[in-house]
Amino acid sequence: MSRLPFYLLVSVLMLAGIGLTLHRHLQFDVPWLPGEQRQVWEIEAQVNLTARGEPVIVDMALPSHQQGYRLLTEHTASSGYGLAFREENGGRRAQWTIREASGSQQLYYTVQMLVAPDAEAPAQALPALPRQILWERPYDTAARQVIERAWARSASPFTFARELIRDMSGDRQSENTRLLLTQYDRAPLLVRLLNQADIAAREVSGLRLEDGRRRQSLAPWIQVFDGNDWALFHPETGEQGRPDDLLLWESAGEAVLEVQGGSNSRVSFSMLTHNQPAASAVRSQLADDTLLNFSIHSLPLEEQALFQTILLIPIGALVVVLLRILVGIKTSGTFMPVLIALAFIQTSLSTGLIGFLLVVSVGLVIRSYLSHLNLLLVARVSAVIITVIAIISIFSVLSYRFGLNAGLTITFFPMIILAWTIERMSILWEEEGPKQVLIQGGGSLLTAVLAYLAMNNPWIRHITFNFLGLQLVLMALILLAGNYTGYRLLELRRFKPVAED
Amino acid sequence: MATSPTSVLDWALAWVRPGKLSAKGIIGMNRRNIRYIGRYNSRRLYPLVDDKLKTKLLAERHGITTPALIGTVTTQFGVKQVAALVEERQGFVIKPAKGSGGKGILVIERRDGDAYVKPSGAHLSREDLERHVSNILSGLYSLGGSPDVAVIEDLIHFDPSLTEYTYEGVPDIRVIVFQGYPVMAMMRLSTAASDGKANLHQGAVGVGLDIATGTALRGVQFDRPQASHPDTGHELASLRIPDWGTLLTLAAGCYEMTGLGYLGTDMVLDARHGPMLLELNARPGLAIQMANGEGLRARLDLIERQPAGLSVADRVAFAQRHFARSSELPASRVPA
Repeated sequence: MSRLPFYLLVSVLMLAGIGLTLHRHLQFDVPWLPGEQRQVWEIEAQVNLTARGEPVIVDMALPSHQQGYRLLTEHTASSGYGLAFREENGGRRAQWTIREASGSQQLYYTVQMLVAPDAEAPAQALPALPRQILWERPYDTAARQVIERAWARSASPFTFARELIRDMSGDRQSENTRLLLTQYDRAPLLVRLLNQADIAAREVSGLRLEDGRRRQSLAPWIQVFDGNDWALFHPETGEQGRPDDLLLWESAGEAVLEVQGGSNSRVSFSMLTHNQPAASAVRSQLADDTLLNFSIHSLPLEEQALFQTILLIPIGALVVVLLRILVGIKTSGTFMPVLIALAFIQTSLSTGLIGFLLVVSVGLVIRSYLSHLNLLLVARVSAVIITVIAIISIFSVLSYRFGLNAGLTITFFPMIILAWTIERMSILWEEEGPKQVLIQGGGSLLTAVLAYLAMNNPWIRHITFNFLGLQLVLMALILLAGNYTGYRLLELRRFKPVAED
Repeated sequence: MATSPTSVLDWALAWVRPGKLSAKGIIGMNRRNIRYIGRYNSRRLYPLVDDKLKTKLLAERHGITTPALIGTVTTQFGVKQVAALVEERQGFVIKPAKGSGGKGILVIERRDGDAYVKPSGAHLSREDLERHVSNILSGLYSLGGSPDVAVIEDLIHFDPSLTEYTYEGVPDIRVIVFQGYPVMAMMRLSTAASDGKANLHQGAVGVGLDIATGTALRGVQFDRPQASHPDTGHELASLRIPDWGTLLTLAAGCYEMTGLGYLGTDMVLDARHGPMLLELNARPGLAIQMANGEGLRARLDLIERQPAGLSVADRVAFAQRHFARSSELPASRVPA
């Protein structure tokens, strides 16, 4: 009988679990530790325009996920305007519309961007080269000479772009470029020249992020493509590469703001940065509806809270498995300790322990009386359940009267489980004596406390809730433990006399 | 209990290296569960041994002697008939058909007027008897608490040659039968500490038995070596099971009867009927290794290398030839 399929299954589960977990961490930037802080930028774009009393359409580019930054949330404020978000040519845009408006108008858009150093830029579509670029005389000659000069001094699209920009700035500015600059703006001119030389390029708009700045505007940047790679160039200095504090607001080569039915339109930006716990940053991250992003965070908050507990149960199960298979601790009822541990999470450990011992010991006394009544099993256990409820009610009322609010949490105990525990302990007491009750009861309680410590650990709560892939890893570990044929820790004591002689 | 500092220290240091255990061939719980029970005991055969009534009826069909059946109680309605059932008997045993680990077994040795007397001398009333049967039926002692049947059997009159080795209860003999071969055996002698029950962890004395001859090899109580019975004071070295060959043959025959490859057979010696099968266990415990001072591993490995399909007699002969050992107990004094 080959164990190969078993080990194959375990490794598939293990790899899938680790893979999903890493994917969550790398792709969505979910942190390993619960306490990690993340820097979040809050950027407000204010659109001002003067409406002329006719229908107004305001179309503005919006930022999206990009290298170094991840979009968390966005809000708009624009009274009376209709609003639609659109995806267009690889860029996101917001469109505000109104049937009639006049006078000064203000539209607001606020976005939260998470600073995520490992965030990857989404795949960029290569902008199409215009079929023909028309120059008027005498600009065509000037353009041709500028291109030839820069072409001769460069070796690749990126170096060509750098040479072009250098030709346009400072003392190296030539007659030709000065002429061209009288007719064209710098950034569009650069794109025209690059396209003329058959190099894909576009003008994008970026925002330098500085804490507390107001009334900022976007600056143009040149995005140059070399096959599938691209690089950003500063149109003034020719500096290559994206500065860390640069947020690309518009990266599809479109206009940032288009307004119909209004004049004097402009957009200005103010920004603020603050740190917030990573977990809440993750929570507010807009979830993409992909299968791999299968996340509890897409559920309503109430269900999320429920799942937080449910996803801890495998941890409790793992503790039980390890304690029983590797250590050899005896418990009363296999998974009863996990349920008790879940109750401890609600009650806190000390209250829980006192409550558990109180309920079980009072229950045992009453159960020993019930055993004299000679009842059928089901009736007797039901009677014990009612007894447990009575004990819990009395303790709750008493502790409330004495001002011990902690005592109220005793109601979180699973009553039916407690009743069965009492029943089993009582039978154990009658048949094998109080020592076995202490051993099994102590074993159950020890297991419950260890399971509680594991399940209540903030780090474990964080990773089980945020990395669903870990459930597969837990499954693989439990399967492996189920295959263990070695000695249990306590057997090393039990069999000691045999090994001695 | 351990209270002085040194004994606490002893307790804390009383561990043995796993390598040492495995060199001795000791089998642990995990290995037993996966390697032997999981592999050789098919789940669907469990009901045959978990239900003592089924075992009993099956044994009768296979010609394996068991204690005579007095009757069964299957409904709460029938509980009142218990007294009538046992009317003519002096001694009898009431047990749950699906009980485990000796739970719920009530032994009545004799009658004293209206009262029923346990081996300990405790007197039970008719109501006590009925309550016990009622508890059995409602599943108090059965695995998983499922409804059960009470089986009433004839009391075993155990062989008088063994009286001195036991206190109150009936000593029984556990033989581990692996693929039809008897591989290891021990006798369980009840003591005052075990309340007349033959349960090792409750304080019964376990005596390892030589497979070849049925003589005592070694005795343990609470896992510590023991050379004599703690209550009767009788030394254990002279213990020799009469009719040993028949007992082994009966035990080995249980393999054909149940189909279970790793089986614990509990046998008793009746004064009139000789060796009898008391019950079977598909998950026999590991304490037998302690009583024998030897691990099961080597013997099980040897059996696994043997071809299948041998007759019961051949298997018993093989086991007696290969598993013979000499006693570790101090030589017996001249019988007084």
